[in-house]
Amino acid sequence: MIYADNAATTRMSDAAIHTMTTVAQENYGNPSSLYGLGQRAKEILEKAREDIAAVIGASPREIIFTSGGSEADNQALLSAAEAGRRKGKKHLISTAFEHHAILHTLQKLEKEGFEVTLLDVHEDGIVRPEEVEAAIREDTCLVTVMYANNEIGTIQPIRRIGEICRRHGVLFHTDAVQAIGHIPVNVADDNIDMLSSSAHKFHGPKGVGFLYVKKGAPLFNLIEGGAQERGRRAGTENVPGIAAMATALTEINAKREKNAADLIPKRDRLIEGLKEIPHSALNGDAVCRLPGNVNFCFEGIEGESLLLLLDDKGIMASSGSACTSGALDPSHVLLAIGRVHDVAHGSLRLSIGEGITDEEIEEIIRSVKEVVAYLRGFSPIWRDLQSGKRKYIL
Amino acid sequence: MALYSEKVMDHFRNPRNVGVIEDADGIGEVGNAKCGDIMKMYLKIEDEVIQDVKFETFGCGSAIASSSMATELIKGKPVSEAMKLTNQAVAEALDGLPDYKMHCSVLAEEAIQAALDDYKKKNSK
Repeated sequence: MIYADNAATTRMSDAAIHTMTTVAQENYGNPSSLYGLGQRAKEILEKAREDIAAVIGASPREIIFTSGGSEADNQALLSAAEAGRRKGKKHLISTAFEHHAILHTLQKLEKEGFEVTLLDVHEDGIVRPEEVEAAIREDTCLVTVMYANNEIGTIQPIRRIGEICRRHGVLFHTDAVQAIGHIPVNVADDNIDMLSSSAHKFHGPKGVGFLYVKKGAPLFNLIEGGAQERGRRAGTENVPGIAAMATALTEINAKREKNAADLIPKRDRLIEGLKEIPHSALNGDAVCRLPGNVNFCFEGIEGESLLLLLDDKGIMASSGSACTSGALDPSHVLLAIGRVHDVAHGSLRLSIGEGITDEEIEEIIRSVKEVVAYLRGFSPIWRDLQSGKRKYIL
Repeated sequence: MALYSEKVMDHFRNPRNVGVIEDADGIGEVGNAKCGDIMKMYLKIEDEVIQDVKFETFGCGSAIASSSMATELIKGKPVSEAMKLTNQAVAEALDGLPDYKMHCSVLAEEAIQAALDDYKKKNSK
């Protein structure tokens, strides 16, 4: 079995599982309770906040625990919009290939009278900082650009975008769900005002994440109730999950450079091997991409059947095909980088992680080659392409 | 529960009647690449009976399985009977399809009907 879908979720690390179960069993007190058991849970919570803050260069008071990346994205955008609305600033800037937690929140804001500019991400899947600057207006209340794309893995020029936002006095948020733990992220160096992260993308548990909010940046509640998280996120804290998130983040951060040095050559070998498939193309820039991300389009085949047959061979991956999600259109990310529907349906994302071997990389290459050739063997599109009745796109 | 029934997976993994018929009496192609599904059916008909049928499909697992099942349902049948093939019959023979995949069985029905129409057009000349 080869798990190559780490961008979807990761296996919890042994250390994170240990923290989670230990805290759940031994420190089950409510952090809001006065007695020792509660106070011990409170200490664990605050230690986790310190550890997480340290990894991203923030101060502990700037970390708000959430149920994950989507909640953090929602809270960041809705807070910035509310602050903007109060000042008569109702324009937001983002990109065409953000996660749906961002895009759908922006659509909701549009219905409430906000104006949204979605920037082009070009064929290489990278936002141009000068285009961010050109889009900024007097009434812009937020710029939100993801740190690294979840499908094609391209890393954005966050530091430069942050610099521009600072210069113009515009709030800057980044969805760093795919980046944290995998590439260096520092909120001070990168000029970030708000950042979203999710534990299960870095070997922590599902259902827990955090939002970084720079001191002084606006923040409004999504969830009303008790005074947890200094009144900014109600609900009894998920102490075992939060503690496990801190363990996982500290652990992965310590070996981040080693992991990247190990994964990048494997990723590049995978890209090289899959490029040998005729009429295929890598999606997104080859260099500015996450250490574990490989994303290809194969002309003449459809992604879901590719995934099912790879699964039969013990390889777990994902696709931006419409059929894998029940939607009519293929991935908005692939469309945003200019892939037409016909080839976007035939996409494959492999997101490799720590521990994958060179033999497994070769096995993936062999299997993908085999399955693509097999499916092309009875694809009417492939027949038309081969006979010249239809023109190759890739 | 798995996404697909065992029957769907069987017809997806081992599709029946895959290929082309060079001297087909009727050919039907439906769907488009933009939507991610294309089915092409080839019929060999003698004395108003479907002697042979082959298909080629670009599409997801249920599109391939629906094509395969549709060919099985009409092979050896009189043209008059094949004309009555419905998408429900294809889906039922596959022990059901997820709701959002029902269009795959519709496409299979349409591909068969398109091939039969083509046969009739050629024969009326």
